Amino acid sequence: MSRVAVLKGGRSLEREVSLRSGARVEDALQRLGHEVHGIDVDHDLVRRLRELQPDVCFLALHGRDGEDGTVQELLEILGIPYTGSGVSACIRCSDKVLAKHHMVDAGIPTPAFVAFTETAFKQLGAADALGEIEARIGFPMVVKPADQGSALGLRIARSAADVPAALVAAFSYSSKVLLERHVAGRDLAVSVLDGAALPIVEAVPEGDVYDFDARYEIGRTRFVCPADLPDAVAARARELAVAVHELLGCRDVSRVDLLCDDAGELHVLEVNVIPGMTETSLLPQAADAAGVRFDELIARLVDRALARQPSLAKSSGVTEATPAPRR
Amino acid sequence: MNRPPQRPASSDLERYAGLFASRTRQMKSSAMRDLMALTERPEVISLAGGLPDTSTFPAESFASIMARVAVDSCAAALQYGPTEGLGLVKDAIRHVMAAEGNVVDPEDILVTTGGQQVIDLVCKTLLDPGDVVVAEAPTYPGAVPTFCAYQADVVQIEMDGDGMPIDALEETLDRLEAEGRRPKFIYTIPNFQNPGGVTMSLPRRKRLVEVAREREIIVLEDNPYGLLRYEGEPLPTLLELGGGDYIIYLGTFSKILSAGLRLGWAVAPAPVLQKMNLGKQGADLCTSSLTQHFVAAYFAEGRWEPYLESLRDLYRRRRDTMLGALAEHFPAEASWTEPEGGLFLWATLPDYVDTTDLLARALQRDVAFVPGRGAYLDGRGGSSMRLNFSGVGDDEIREGIRRIGEVLGEQLELFGALTGRPPGAGAKRTPPPRTRAADGAPEADPELADVLHLPRPGEQRSRRGAGGTR
Repeated sequence: MSRVAVLKGGRSLEREVSLRSGARVEDALQRLGHEVHGIDVDHDLVRRLRELQPDVCFLALHGRDGEDGTVQELLEILGIPYTGSGVSACIRCSDKVLAKHHMVDAGIPTPAFVAFTETAFKQLGAADALGEIEARIGFPMVVKPADQGSALGLRIARSAADVPAALVAAFSYSSKVLLERHVAGRDLAVSVLDGAALPIVEAVPEGDVYDFDARYEIGRTRFVCPADLPDAVAARARELAVAVHELLGCRDVSRVDLLCDDAGELHVLEVNVIPGMTETSLLPQAADAAGVRFDELIARLVDRALARQPSLAKSSGVTEATPAPRR
Repeated sequence: MNRPPQRPASSDLERYAGLFASRTRQMKSSAMRDLMALTERPEVISLAGGLPDTSTFPAESFASIMARVAVDSCAAALQYGPTEGLGLVKDAIRHVMAAEGNVVDPEDILVTTGGQQVIDLVCKTLLDPGDVVVAEAPTYPGAVPTFCAYQADVVQIEMDGDGMPIDALEETLDRLEAEGRRPKFIYTIPNFQNPGGVTMSLPRRKRLVEVAREREIIVLEDNPYGLLRYEGEPLPTLLELGGGDYIIYLGTFSKILSAGLRLGWAVAPAPVLQKMNLGKQGADLCTSSLTQHFVAAYFAEGRWEPYLESLRDLYRRRRDTMLGALAEHFPAEASWTEPEGGLFLWATLPDYVDTTDLLARALQRDVAFVPGRGAYLDGRGGSSMRLNFSGVGDDEIREGIRRIGEVLGEQLELFGALTGRPPGAGAKRTPPPRTRAADGAPEADPELADVLHLPRPGEQRSRRGAGGTR
């Protein structure tokens, strides 16, 4: 069996969730008979990886560093295979603005949006264009950091008066902020595993918004899997998820979040390249509904990574070709 | 690294969720948990903790006291003790309470595992699900999970610079009574309130004990910081003013000796204390005998008062350092309380600043505080923060406040750019005058106030008041 380093924790705002995902993955890997080493990612990551010489890294690192391609880049340099998507797909997905531009260009439905940096407001007078922005997007409007995986910093502005404070909040987490049309509807997550969509999970929140606590607390959100949707809508959601997964160049696994509005129209919000693996996470639930038990899910992800040769041989270097899903 | 094997767990959620008691639905994990997890990184200057500085306790004293406990009381220190606590510890408690003017009978004392256990036992003894508890706003964030676990309906009374206004309390009690709801107890921290940093005035204390007696409602007087007064005259406790009627007093060694010992106590009317004793038996049988013997031996040495004096000197200096740094680095739109003692002050920012988000930004500069929302049960407090001045040294306090001021300035600048309303022209507050007017508020020239965005005289109270007065 293999020596597997599980990368988890780190400094992101999703540290706690990542530690829980990591611990659960470690359990599964041990049951599978691997030699497992959990690494709480810190300044000494490279040194520890050099000492450990793992056959493969399992990435359970959510949020910044883990999902934005940073750690993937480092592992490419070190020549260690790792689970999940490569560098360029991580960059495209973790930047929600970039991902949405790709979607718009490819004709995939995503809520209308505008994105700005803090500099635009502080130095270019972008505030003077707020009226036009609000007219284009309309209310209620979602204001959120462009690269934050959790719901922290997300606000719903119901009128123009709410926008400045919402922007101040969102800019606390990121230098780039997304203002997006709010689509009222059902919260769907479609996980894509090895190029195929898994059964759809619907998250039914107890409160007003699907907030940060509700997402990770047992009993705060009711999950329905497979979601009770008309066949045509479910088929379309799965089709869209696979299309987005491929469009953005994701590899092995991803979780695509969508909204289904009252007319049954679907809107893609974002793609997560390192979906949560906690007890309440959506990917494991979806896999389970498809008859793929947690251990098998983990085994498949590790096997996929091990099957890849270290991609140091890449000639031009920094990122893979776009969009080039391996399968 | 070997973990015990587990069953496949993808469907654990449904299985376990079905087993949870309904009260766990009220046991919410803190909204800030994931942010607060990041405050524990070693490089972070944390003004977030509620920590006393235990580094000043002499290691030699610790060693010699432990050695004496081991030699003199080995078997007893390793044994169960009585639920109500050791007599020797009750002697020490009477000593400490006498220093604040309270005379208590050992029979009326219940030794507990930290002051926190008193809050839990009071809830356990008095509350049925849905019962009303009246608390201050803001209130001690650590009491909130306890209230929630007992499914209390918490009603909060907004404080000002003199603590909880009793007229507002009485109005609330009248309203509740009209609704057929009678509160079981009123929870207050009269001295240097956590997190507000304000102290309840003497007239209010007198009126509060009258209200408790007239309406036959218990007051839970939480007094962890009473002996940590850095200026001004001590005020009598509610226990003393009320002669014990309808008062449960909570004391602790956490802030005058050690929080790690987990040793506190309750003084309560006999019928209440008996029920609390039974509740404690169910919780932990007795408080650690080892801890109790340590405290008894420490007090037998008779050096607790000089040590307390050294803590007061240390914390007084740190408080002044923080107040000076706030005046230098916080923008004119901010206000804060100036506590006469305790460990905390409470700063309030313009209402468009959310301190949970501000914390995320502050953590990028390696500094932390407690966002104010945790001190309210109704979602208020979002623009306030609790700052602790006892846990870290002067240099770190100055640097920490400088960094918070910096990120705050950035948010204000951004808001100004977004709304076309430049914040306070970026002006730094001039240090407030240390002299005080007769009413206790710092003197300020009303004309200067217009120029420099100093609080107007009418606003001075709110500067000294706790949150919500922005």
